[in-house]
Amino acid sequence: MQVSNAISLYNCQSADVKQIPVVVINKFRDSIIEAVESGNRIVSFFAAPAGAGVFVIYAVLADDNSGKLYALSSRVSDSYPSLTPDCTQAHLFEREIAEQWGIKPVNHPWLKPVRFHSSYMKNQDAWNRNTKEQILPSVMDFYKVEGEEIHEVAVGPVHAGIIEPGHFRFQCHGENVLNLEISLGYQHRGVEQALIGGPNKKTLYYMQTLAGDTTIGHTTAYSHLIESFSGSKVSLRAQSLRGIALELERLANHTGDLGALAGDIGYLPTSSFCGRIRGDFLNLTALMCGNRFGRGLVCPGGVGFDISDKNSETLAEKLMGYKKDVEVAVELLWNTPSVLARFEETGIVQPQTCKELGLVGVAARACGVEIDCRYNFPAGIYSFMQIPVSVWNTGDVFARAYVRWLEIQRSIAFILDQIKTSQPGQIKTDCKTAAAGKFCVSLVEGWRGEICHVAVTDSDGSFSSYKITDPSFHNWTGLAMALRDQQISDFPLCNKSFNLSYCGHDL
Amino acid sequence: MIKPLLARLQQKHRTIKYPKAEPVLPEKFCGRPVVDASKCTADCKLCINVCPVNAIQKKNSAITIDLGKCLFCSQCAQNCPSGAISFTREYRLAARKRDDLILSDKENKLVRVLDEKAKSLFGRSLKLRQVSAGGCNACEADTNVLGTVVFDLGRFGIQFVASPRHADGILVTGPVPENMRLALEKTYEAVPDPKIVIAVGACAISGGIYEGHTQVNNGADRIIPVDLYIPGCPPHPMTILDGLIRLLGKIE
Repeated sequence: MQVSNAISLYNCQSADVKQIPVVVINKFRDSIIEAVESGNRIVSFFAAPAGAGVFVIYAVLADDNSGKLYALSSRVSDSYPSLTPDCTQAHLFEREIAEQWGIKPVNHPWLKPVRFHSSYMKNQDAWNRNTKEQILPSVMDFYKVEGEEIHEVAVGPVHAGIIEPGHFRFQCHGENVLNLEISLGYQHRGVEQALIGGPNKKTLYYMQTLAGDTTIGHTTAYSHLIESFSGSKVSLRAQSLRGIALELERLANHTGDLGALAGDIGYLPTSSFCGRIRGDFLNLTALMCGNRFGRGLVCPGGVGFDISDKNSETLAEKLMGYKKDVEVAVELLWNTPSVLARFEETGIVQPQTCKELGLVGVAARACGVEIDCRYNFPAGIYSFMQIPVSVWNTGDVFARAYVRWLEIQRSIAFILDQIKTSQPGQIKTDCKTAAAGKFCVSLVEGWRGEICHVAVTDSDGSFSSYKITDPSFHNWTGLAMALRDQQISDFPLCNKSFNLSYCGHDL
Repeated sequence: MIKPLLARLQQKHRTIKYPKAEPVLPEKFCGRPVVDASKCTADCKLCINVCPVNAIQKKNSAITIDLGKCLFCSQCAQNCPSGAISFTREYRLAARKRDDLILSDKENKLVRVLDEKAKSLFGRSLKLRQVSAGGCNACEADTNVLGTVVFDLGRFGIQFVASPRHADGILVTGPVPENMRLALEKTYEAVPDPKIVIAVGACAISGGIYEGHTQVNNGADRIIPVDLYIPGCPPHPMTILDGLIRLLGKIE
């Protein structure tokens, strides 16, 4: 549905910043609340300084049905009436804005730090903390349940495997989890601040390591923005290679996740097979560019490497072999009652919860919510070639596993088709300097879900704001909800079924 | 029961022959760079200007590349007009000392094995605790992959364990954000002496692309002493494996 007081944009379409309506805060609030109630989703929501203690807050909403994005803005100083009481989707964005710029969302029901860093503004802190006091991660008031036989379990930041750090706090009654609160920020490296004033020679490398397992996803989102700002045309060949790389990234991660899920319930055959096949998919990305994670493959203007006919034949041939391997490995899961018994009805997220929180990607599609940027907001090769949206409607671990399996099959078919139809062509064009005073939203369906980059350029065409929303930012709260009324021993399984990024969240 | 067995047959034996045979690396793999100073022109600074992490230095036409910073993006080689820098397929990159990662046009130094006492302690069984401290999950993934049947890290006596109390050392990835400093210090303290520390990836060695950010500590050795540096962004699993088993004296 159309959003009032907002400009309508397509994915990767840049507009003059001046065209974005600036409305008073009450209208801004009402427009967003009304839009979300009628089915739109908040894909980005951030603040930028506008001089003399004033900030512009931007919101970007997505209408999945029409494929349109809506942008609007308002001006605030040190506080504004919070949207969260009337619109849950805004909850983490508002906490983020409060932490970054010291702008208080008044009446926010859960106003706690997100990444545990000091405010970007020297004398403006949302919690009025002493500037000399060191801010320590996870030092805050956790939600507590009290009563006889209630106990608390704290896990992390350092976990028992080879995993990124984060802190999980469970309130339990016996084995039963009443509430899980997730506290992150350990991976905070200050990426968004470092991007201001770019693009420069470092920018692409920040994009590659925002979430290293999503190098192709994030570099594609960034490249689309630069190409939109500079009016560059990317060849079909380059778009095709980007598509192949994005689907290979999905294949590697989905396969790895299915193996890890099997491992977490002690079903070792699939765990062992998929662990290896994941590496085989990574090696196909390395066949394209030399690096298993696709470093240097996607860059503004196209791709850094072409693929020879010989190598594309090798790729197709190997992929056919891995298709067979992954089929055999994964089918074992669906044919083993002890596996299904652990997957089914574990960690259920209700469709209503999914919509209220604005979950994205695999987690949303596993609740029967049909959203996929490749379909709803196609850009690049997906404007020409469609991949069916894979959904399942039980919202449990099984659904999140099964959606991955459906996507694996469709990604393989897509890549084989691209290899067959891709025509030789130029792989890279030089991008001119970005235009001045522009605003652009770029959405890419990474393997976890919707990646959103929003950039604003200043009068020189440099970034005055660069907002990154990894799918994990939306979905961590989904994991917390999935744990409600579950056994705490199911946490590893539920966690793996989401497999969210810590660094993508912490930036 | 028959299905898993048939699946097992179909999946075959997949463990690589390494170290008996050379590992198979991708055709476009970028390994150790080499510098040919004779081709370098005196006042050209193109490589220095394009390097995203300032890994390249030039003093009186002698070029050095700091592998502890290098992202192996090969921009320097691609932009060099005279071909003075090129990337080889040499995957053996690890070093015991930070200074040994500063590469000029001299020979390739491989990892020195642990001293006799440490080798007798860890040589046959090394248990490691992994700490991701700002790692982007690429170094983590390519460390994790060593546990798969392809590399089968266990056959070299190396294993990742779930507690620092069970470990002989820690393997650090990431630039060590300020928010992870305390956790890294505490994990290190919890490992019983004697212990070793391994830094994997450009971030853990120097801060990588995040070097100089106030939010990070520019690598593990700013916080705890490091015994082995494994460069790359991320290092290829073979680079990590080579560093580990060379440290234990399992290959010459």
